[in-house]
Amino acid sequence: MNSVIDSMMKIFGSLGTGNSALGLVLAVVIAGLVVFTIMAVMAIVAVYFERKVSAFMQDRIGPMEVGIFGFKGGKQFWGGIGQTLADTVKLLVKEDILPKEADKKLMIMAPFIIFIASFLTFIGVPLSDGLVVSDFNIGVFYIMAAGSIGVIGIILAGWSSNNKWSLYGALRSAAQIISYEIPIGLSLMLVVIVVGSLNFGDIVAWQADHRWFFIHSPFAFIAFIIYVIAGVAETNRTPFDIPEAESELVAGWMTEYSGFRWSIFFMSEYANVLIISIIASIIFLGGWLSPLAIFGVHVSWLEGPLWGLFWIFSKAVFFVFVMMWFRWTFPRLRVDQLMYFCWKVLIPFALANLIFISVWELIF
Amino acid sequence: MAEVAFIIIAAITLASAFFVVFSSNLMYSGVALFFTLFGVAGLYVFLYADFLAATQIMVYVGGIMVLILFGIMLTNKIASTDLRQANRGRFMAGLSAFILFLLISAIAVTTQWHTGSPQFLDTTVAKLGMMILYQYLLPFEVASILLLAALIGAALLSRKK
Repeated sequence: MNSVIDSMMKIFGSLGTGNSALGLVLAVVIAGLVVFTIMAVMAIVAVYFERKVSAFMQDRIGPMEVGIFGFKGGKQFWGGIGQTLADTVKLLVKEDILPKEADKKLMIMAPFIIFIASFLTFIGVPLSDGLVVSDFNIGVFYIMAAGSIGVIGIILAGWSSNNKWSLYGALRSAAQIISYEIPIGLSLMLVVIVVGSLNFGDIVAWQADHRWFFIHSPFAFIAFIIYVIAGVAETNRTPFDIPEAESELVAGWMTEYSGFRWSIFFMSEYANVLIISIIASIIFLGGWLSPLAIFGVHVSWLEGPLWGLFWIFSKAVFFVFVMMWFRWTFPRLRVDQLMYFCWKVLIPFALANLIFISVWELIF
Repeated sequence: MAEVAFIIIAAITLASAFFVVFSSNLMYSGVALFFTLFGVAGLYVFLYADFLAATQIMVYVGGIMVLILFGIMLTNKIASTDLRQANRGRFMAGLSAFILFLLISAIAVTTQWHTGSPQFLDTTVAKLGMMILYQYLLPFEVASILLLAALIGAALLSRKK
């Protein structure tokens, strides 16, 4: 599998623009800007998507009625597109408030640490066959590692705000994210045991040769369910949105943030949602393979990098929709229920799964 | 190119390590430690140790750092940012640091380093796994028993009486 950086280096090399160092710097900067743009656009689209989903599910009026540029409001998909524009402008021009008693240096630094965590994770996430910024041999493990950095930013944000609710939100969030990393890691480990590689390209190639993982075996299916549940918890979304529970903690660790810094939090949250969804579709749903591949039908014009991008995004958008669906239909758990569910339900199941899949692999 | 990147990463590691020791604000020391640990992971990348670098980030940045920050946050009054370290006990600290330095330099001098051009391995994970499960199985298991004991001990100590 080729990575984007490699191909760009090749192009710069063939142009003969002098030394390779300049080419590398250019390639890294361009790739970084592209990832940043994807994250920003994704956040805007996802907020609009979330508003529409909530409006359809709960019959909300706001996101349905704000029309702009001749797009009239109403129950069709484009009704309410003006709201997105208004939101973006509002977030960018809003006053950036730092509380007087807050630890200003850390409070400014915290959103960037959270953003860097999502950004670093995005670098290892393939968007199609060969369409990945950097193709790591240890792809799955790298993503787990890079994703675990964000907790530091959350703790710093909660502590530096100098606000009780922020601190409680940060504590809950950190406990939750660290706990739910374990079932995620264990369920991904099952796939790694079967494939024998941590590389995303190898995992998808294995699924192309054999079966997609969610129908690979009963245990793989359970791992898939565990991954989706833990993934929702990992991104702090309902029913696991205890760290930012509006009715008890104002807004959790992001209470004191406003304006642009707050929108960085939002961007990272939606980037994480997208990352979790893309990983789920790569690992368990065949990634960039077309759905016909389940039935062993290979249509050649439905494959290739561009179609791969389309398939991976349709699968990922489905997961994003499911996560939003959860958010607008499920009530919130209690803190102790959350911890109970992770440590006494998900982790034992995930561990047993690992043992059973090893036996399964020995037999079949 | 690689040298420039190496110098930048090494400088970040060293500068933040100095900040950890000399900052009087404990929370800032903790945050500086974050950058130190990150820089060490960067140095591993230069040694072609991709798995080790990711493990460094996962265990130290994602785990130990969180524990340290939790400890700092919860041992002080919640609303106060006034948390100082005074660098007391300089003599004992200097002595133990000196002994540690001697120990590390003795190991560094006596080790047979692999010199010559670094050999690029396609993946280090398979080799590491084989080593852990064949050659170093006993230390690996001993370490896991130690961790299990620590885990049970912590659970027992924090249980309500």
